[in-house]
Amino acid sequence: MIELNPLVIFFAAIFTNNMIFSYFLGMCSFIAVSNEIPTSFGLGQAVTFVLTFTTILNYFIYHNILVPLNLEYLRFIVFIISIAAFVQLLEMIIERYFPNLYYALGIFLPLITVNCAILGVSLFMVIRQYTFLQSVGFAIGSGLGWTLAIVAMAGARKRIRNNKLLKGLEGPGITLIITGLMALAFVGFSGIVQIQ
Amino acid sequence: MAGDSPKKIFKMGLWDDNPVFKQIIGICSSLAVTNLMINSLIMGLGLIFVTALSSLTVSIIRQFTPKHIRMMVQVLIISVYVIIVDIFLKAYLPEMSKALGPYVGLIITNCIIMGRCEGYAQNNPPLPSFLDGIASGLGYTIVLLVIAFIRELFGFGTIFGYRVFGDWWTNWTIMVMPPAAFFILGVIVWWARSKESEEKKEGGAVN
Repeated sequence: MIELNPLVIFFAAIFTNNMIFSYFLGMCSFIAVSNEIPTSFGLGQAVTFVLTFTTILNYFIYHNILVPLNLEYLRFIVFIISIAAFVQLLEMIIERYFPNLYYALGIFLPLITVNCAILGVSLFMVIRQYTFLQSVGFAIGSGLGWTLAIVAMAGARKRIRNNKLLKGLEGPGITLIITGLMALAFVGFSGIVQIQ
Repeated sequence: MAGDSPKKIFKMGLWDDNPVFKQIIGICSSLAVTNLMINSLIMGLGLIFVTALSSLTVSIIRQFTPKHIRMMVQVLIISVYVIIVDIFLKAYLPEMSKALGPYVGLIITNCIIMGRCEGYAQNNPPLPSFLDGIASGLGYTIVLLVIAFIRELFGFGTIFGYRVFGDWWTNWTIMVMPPAAFFILGVIVWWARSKESEEKKEGGAVN
């Protein structure tokens, strides 16, 4: 495996290997919540935050607990528990000490536990055998890439709201097709850098 | 709801409540594996296995599960079955396990399974829950296979790895790339929704 600079991974995760446009992760909330720009931005921030910290947490759990004990096959169960526990803890802390932030992000936090992107990044980290810094770069980049995608989508949907659409195409149908067009645009970045 | 006949359960899973194009859930993993039909088939079978058995388990222990920790219990049950699928693939189909990569693990966060456990198995006896899991899984697999069929046919000129088109065929690279999956799913959703509104007009569906 070639040693990649964490910064390279960071940019690749935003542009060439975007969570939504090339891995299809986090699609459920992407389609359901991308109606308003501020809401989408809030969700994006929450996802980036949780993604970064759970990846760091899972990195330590995997390399310091599971690998020494030869329990790698338990990683799915352990990762999902640590993500759920972290989100729960975060919710309590934010509610107690940062009420304003809680009103802004609070409603999204429960949604995040089942966001595929969070678990996906942890699993990619294991499969690609990233070092600690590479994992951090990958996690932050993925989160920002996801935010970029959902905010762009909310902007596009805002524009088409007043236009008349075919009956069956409203809602998810047109969202998927717009996503396809955006993904096509992001394919243009793929020459810059490629991570595997 | 307790006495749903198998026929009705299958009709719900395959069409009326098809998880992918009616409820738009579980598509995170549904698109990534659709570049080849064989990947989709294995993924679909894995999902049917996990959905059916976790619905069954959730339903069997539903009386003993305290209400407020049921989500956690469900996630743990699902994870156990996903680990079984993962180990099985690694042992018998190592190539496939590599190709699917993290998407096997992501079955855990696939909303279809949670949705069925929470929405159906929690309030229904074991056997209907088991069938309901199979039906939802089948509905998902069929959509997956349709998308994969189009992508593999035009992208590689093959079906399940067998060459269908001759040497004259030029592969459409776009079909192999992610955007094609979005377009195809978008069109399928479009078709299913307009079909649904037609049914509604005729007074057929009451949903």
